[in-house]
Amino acid sequence: MKLFGLLSIFLAVSAFAQEPLVFESQQQQDRFNQLTQELRCVVCQNQNLADSDAPLAHDLRDEVYAMLQTGKSNEEIKQFLVQRYGDFVLYRPPVQTNTYLLWLAPLLILLGGAWVLRSNIKKRTALLGDDNNTA
Amino acid sequence: MNSRMVPLVVFGLLVVLLLVGLKISDRKTLLPSPLIGKPVPAFDLPVLGNPEQRMSRESFLGKYYLVNFWASWCVTCRVEHPVITDLAESKLLPVIGFNFRDQPEDAKAWLQHFGDPYDINLTDLDGRTSIDFGVYAAPESFLVDPAGMIVFKQIGALTPEIIETEIRPRVMGAPSGNGNTESGN
Repeated sequence: MKLFGLLSIFLAVSAFAQEPLVFESQQQQDRFNQLTQELRCVVCQNQNLADSDAPLAHDLRDEVYAMLQTGKSNEEIKQFLVQRYGDFVLYRPPVQTNTYLLWLAPLLILLGGAWVLRSNIKKRTALLGDDNNTA
Repeated sequence: MNSRMVPLVVFGLLVVLLLVGLKISDRKTLLPSPLIGKPVPAFDLPVLGNPEQRMSRESFLGKYYLVNFWASWCVTCRVEHPVITDLAESKLLPVIGFNFRDQPEDAKAWLQHFGDPYDINLTDLDGRTSIDFGVYAAPESFLVDPAGMIVFKQIGALTPEIIETEIRPRVMGAPSGNGNTESGN
């Protein structure tokens, strides 16, 4: 119960960090929340737009809100910010030439792991085979 | 390869990765501007101290000029102020102040106190123009060429060195570098 009380205080405080915006629909509000969580605040670079209290983040939230109202798509809204601040504003980096390594790295690491695993298994079976032979 | 070497090799690679990260960490906070090589964003702003007069990017076409975003609340702008003053006095190019997210009264008081080096100051009260310029820190300066293209951007205070190596050669017609300070150092 205590934990619940604390949690609700935190939630209330974080709700105050956002100005009350009126949305046409739940769907639009969801898009706003999703976008501001995926876009980085360039002033405090380890926060997203939704969490940041910097004046610029405040203004950019207003921009995102205004663009949603005028019927811009998520892609158009992201482009607006990328054109001004660069790819860095996107927490989800686009797949392009300079990010191939980033996107492929998990796969490469997985393959590397599989290779190590395979050679280990091979060695052990060989050893076991030897044991069997000597036994 | 001896399998007992694998952890050592992985460790070595990690060390290299972390060293590279350390080396570039001070540059990472400076974002390369996507605006370099692009036309200066459109603006239409009132002149500080004379709000009836407005100026747009078309007003400045045909010559090199420097856009300097500043505000009275910006501490680094005070540090930069003598450098801007020297640049403006050298008459190398017009220095246009973009006073943003600031009250005109505060801006005027600031200029009165420190001196007004700017050829002209424009008021970007709500910071809407600063968003179009991708400004996220102050001061920020943009060098615009006669065709209205942004050829260089400085995040943070200008220094005499940056003016000599990045701005003067471009204005005098001997371009060097690629427009981003961080790649130059």
